[in-house]
Amino acid sequence: MAAVLVATPLLVPLGTALVTLLAAEQPRLQRAVSLAGVFVLLGCTLALLAQVELHGTARVAFGGWEAPFGIEFAVDRLGASMALITALMGAATLVFQLSDADPAPDSPTLLPLVHALLAGVGGAFVTADLFNLYVWFEVMLIAALGLLAHGAAARQLDATLKYFVLNALGTLLLLMAIAWVYGMTGHLNYGALEAAGQALDPLRLAPFVVALALAFLIKAGAFPVYAWLPASYHTLPAPLAALFAALLTKVGVYAVLRLLGDVFTQSPAILFEALGWVAVGTMLLGVLGAAWHWDMRRILAFHIISQIGYMLLGIALASREGTVGTVFYIVHHIIVKANLFLVAAIVFRLTGSYDLRRVGGLYKLRPWLGVLFLVPALSLVGIPPLSGFWAKFVVVRETLLQGHYVWAAAALLVGFLTLYSMMKIWFEAFWKKHPESGWALPADARLGPAYAATIALALLTVAIGLAPEPLAQFAQQAADAMAAGGGRP
Amino acid sequence: MIWVLALGVFATVTAGVYLTLSRDLLRCVIGISLIGAAANLVVFGAGRIGTALPPVIPPGADVLDAAVNPLPQALVLTAIVIGFALTCFSLVLVLALKSRTGIADSEALRLAEPAPGPDGKPAPETVDDRAGGAERA
Repeated sequence: MAAVLVATPLLVPLGTALVTLLAAEQPRLQRAVSLAGVFVLLGCTLALLAQVELHGTARVAFGGWEAPFGIEFAVDRLGASMALITALMGAATLVFQLSDADPAPDSPTLLPLVHALLAGVGGAFVTADLFNLYVWFEVMLIAALGLLAHGAAARQLDATLKYFVLNALGTLLLLMAIAWVYGMTGHLNYGALEAAGQALDPLRLAPFVVALALAFLIKAGAFPVYAWLPASYHTLPAPLAALFAALLTKVGVYAVLRLLGDVFTQSPAILFEALGWVAVGTMLLGVLGAAWHWDMRRILAFHIISQIGYMLLGIALASREGTVGTVFYIVHHIIVKANLFLVAAIVFRLTGSYDLRRVGGLYKLRPWLGVLFLVPALSLVGIPPLSGFWAKFVVVRETLLQGHYVWAAAALLVGFLTLYSMMKIWFEAFWKKHPESGWALPADARLGPAYAATIALALLTVAIGLAPEPLAQFAQQAADAMAAGGGRP
Repeated sequence: MIWVLALGVFATVTAGVYLTLSRDLLRCVIGISLIGAAANLVVFGAGRIGTALPPVIPPGADVLDAAVNPLPQALVLTAIVIGFALTCFSLVLVLALKSRTGIADSEALRLAEPAPGPDGKPAPETVDDRAGGAERA
């Protein structure tokens, strides 16, 4: 039973994708199956998390070939929490899709592609095999491409091409790096790689670890290889943009964390130092890109990059506390970022544009929507008592304790600049008058499901903010479990 | 023999990078599939090459001495299939872009990211944006 449970983050969305494909002729049935599938996934990942909490890392090796020879799925606390949050985001965006706030166009292939994407993400989080991870990255890539090209407007095809070219180069580099690492160590299994890495001279292995890390950083949208992200995300319809923003780059961050924080912890210190500077560049360029833009989607897309920097900073610190910070940050960020994209879509539905120069006047008419925006926005900035404050607190405190004052200063500065961007959205969309004098709220907006999804996510953000202790404790246990396999003291 | 393979990988990557950097979209995606071919050769080489003996470990031994490691060859098959699918998709994508917009030059491809307006600020939403929205609705 436990073995089946380990594979559910992959099997449930894969099965749902197949059934929704079979039900392509009947839109109602397809939608029902899709929603049922995502809530079953939510239940399964909750059960998996409980299982991992009670009995430690859950493993299954397929085909009767024991690890390290067969393909193994291994779910520790980190993997289980990532799988759960994937299911949560799938549920939130699919519920949001039921509203008429910038939904993805209905088509028979939409829902199968969304579930295929969830399957790819889930597979990447549960696998313990490097080549298998490559396969899930490819599944994610092809599903994402399908969703990007889905609307088939000219600018969406443009975005799809740019996304494809840069991400395909990333996966090809990943494939080559995996081959090199396999050629060096003779292993693909994480656990076996960890043991093999300790037996080898770290300097001999380092070039290949760098190649792997670079490939993952392309996927994570890190400086200077993030160009695909702001080129494509804003062309997506809102629920898909939220799903992409929440999950795809975070799989890259997760892979970097697995690589440097779990498998090859013995890598030379200069590698972590370099990652720290990459993180600083990512934070700064992301937030500066956001400051220039006026389209809400483009502002938010650049903020994904900037926030990725904080997560990478946690990894670069190469300590238990750094890992704790990264895990906390990923969980907090996924919820907040998806919610911001969804709230922006509600603003779009009510005011008619994503461009901040053409919207306004919402606070007077919809004050609670303003609150709904401020919760994730201020959490992104890191204002106490919201979840982002604790995430930043853990990362920045550890940066200061290790004496990296420049990195810490950059992290705090980026916090201020994030505040600037969020206040820009607040003043322009909510506070100022609407630029068109004859503007009125649309009477026929069907926003019930949209509010349900966004309010649920906002409540989670507030809950983590008011009671960060359980999540912090969980992140500490996750970091301990990763360190327990040997490696870092 | 391994040097011949290395030279082959080098030549393929070089050609692939050259084509990928081209401004012509079709050349660009063909360049990527060439780099993909080189990546497959690298995976192939990870299992070492040399003999054509079947990969059977003799009784009593633990290590495969004489023959090559067959696992990377299995991995290559997977990678080839995935690469083939992506190549097909990218070719169709480029053709669709070309027939839809008439643009085949990556420099001119600014539909998703329009250049700044005359005042140096981001260009406001274009009509195409609105049309895209209408298309979706």
